[in-house]
Amino acid sequence: MSDHITKAYDEDLAVLKTMLAQMGGLVEQQLDDAIDALSRRDTSLADRVIQNDEKVDVLEHQIEEKAILTIAKRQPMARDLREIMVAIRVSSDLERIGDLAKNTAKRTHAMSDQLPRKLMAGVTRMGRLAQEELKNILDAYGHSDATKALEVWRSDEDLDALYNSIFRELLTYMMEDPRNISLCTHLLFGAKNMERIGDHATNIAENIHYLVHGKPLAEGRAKKDITSTMSVEPGQHSED
Amino acid sequence: MNAPFQSIVTPASPRIMAERPMKIAAKDVNIYYGDKHAIKNLSIDIPDRAVSAFIGPSGCGKSTFLRAINRMNDTIPTCRVTGNITIDGRDIYDRDIDVVQLRAKVGMVFQKPNPFPKSIFENVAYGPRIHGMSQNKTDLEEIVVSSLKKAGLFEEVKDRLNAPGTGLSGGQQQRLCIARAIAVNPQVILMDEPCSALDPIATAKIEELIDELRQNYCIVIVTHSMQQAARVSQLTAFFHLGTLVEFGDTDEVFTAPQEKRTQDYITGRFG
Ligand SMILES: Nc1ncnc2c1ncn2[C@@H]1O[C@H](COP(=O)(O)OP(=O)(O)OP(=O)(O)O)[C@@H](O)[C@H]1O
Ligand SMILES: [Mg+2]
Repeated sequence: MSDHITKAYDEDLAVLKTMLAQMGGLVEQQLDDAIDALSRRDTSLADRVIQNDEKVDVLEHQIEEKAILTIAKRQPMARDLREIMVAIRVSSDLERIGDLAKNTAKRTHAMSDQLPRKLMAGVTRMGRLAQEELKNILDAYGHSDATKALEVWRSDEDLDALYNSIFRELLTYMMEDPRNISLCTHLLFGAKNMERIGDHATNIAENIHYLVHGKPLAEGRAKKDITSTMSVEPGQHSED
Repeated sequence: MNAPFQSIVTPASPRIMAERPMKIAAKDVNIYYGDKHAIKNLSIDIPDRAVSAFIGPSGCGKSTFLRAINRMNDTIPTCRVTGNITIDGRDIYDRDIDVVQLRAKVGMVFQKPNPFPKSIFENVAYGPRIHGMSQNKTDLEEIVVSSLKKAGLFEEVKDRLNAPGTGLSGGQQQRLCIARAIAVNPQVILMDEPCSALDPIATAKIEELIDELRQNYCIVIVTHSMQQAARVSQLTAFFHLGTLVEFGDTDEVFTAPQEKRTQDYITGRFG
């Protein structure tokens, strides 16, 4: 987009975009560390993630302040206005993703050696998928690329599908031996966190669409989370 | 790509049009000052009981087109208007149109408040008197008082109706001019940058007034303040180099305009 007549206005918007890139990078790192910590049961890394969450919160506040100040000073219109509104919304989604990473890291302390490799692998796989989704959506946002955002929006289905199968697996495992319940519940929350990170990524995708086209994405994608009605009978085993 | 994603809002024609009857229709209007082609093939439908804002860079023809709506351009010798402009379906450039009547029906408020060098009362009474709208003095007084009230000025001037209109503050003078326009019972009110000489408080009062007046009138306002256009109007027309680039719901024009030129202008990118 061409430049504003007032150079300082371009600068305001550029600073905002830089702050968001910074926040996005930080949240990506947090998620990466949280997944590493959980899968390797690295409690000191987990603690670092928990501590660093404050940095994410601080950045969100700074972005909000910068956005409000820019609105007050420039009285933005049209795409500029959308740019700023979307920056506020994206920063709030990123902050939530940061919280979910922190919550996942916290569960590292509850992990033990007894955990079957396969179960952890499933959750880790979800984590990597969520990470990829986050990376792709941040790329799309950085380039204001609505087409790519739409791809990410669609790809969230995979994460939902994986969540459904892990949910069933964990449930089955808990049925088999009640001593697994505590551990599995933590893993279940971990998996749920990754699923919700995907949801925040789709929020960001919708905002990118709005930023570029000035209209909301009209049709909602059918949510494929079927776990709210899922049950496993005793003796029933997961498919594989 | 057969994307299943459609926008909720299809801004093909302004939403507001469907809700309100049309008042002014211009079709293929061209306006010249001698050789200068100031308005080029302009067509627009302006609804009743709504505020339509005209925005655009200086010299793009907003005032020129506005003046064509009550034939104020007739007073400029070099000015020539072609095409068709109707109000309630009647061609206002028809031979048998009485221009004085037309200008009563289509009132105008200018950038600089221009009260007559007469009393406040006389400023408002002048129009109704020459149009024979009152039978006696009581009638006339009633018209003056109600017009001043509608213009939100009465309370401030009721004790000095015989003082000269030119002795009022700029904002008061502008409201006096609006009262003067209202007094002859117009249907359309044209305003050419009515607040550009006013401070924020006086501006807010005029904007409040415009918002009330739109219940009963068709209002067209030219303004250089994007914020003002966004605040007071339901429809916004963007003019550029004598053409109408975009005309749509104000809410959309200022959040997601259709045309790049509109976007560039309202976001301050016009070089
Ligand atoms: N009386 C006139 N004689 C000759 N040219 C004129 C006359 N009035 C306006 N013009 C020209 O017609 C064009 C449109 O002028 P107009 O006053 O309608 O613009 P505008 O959009 O109202 O601008 P502004 O925002 O500065 O008031 C300009 O190029 C102007 O120079
Ligand atoms: Mg003008």
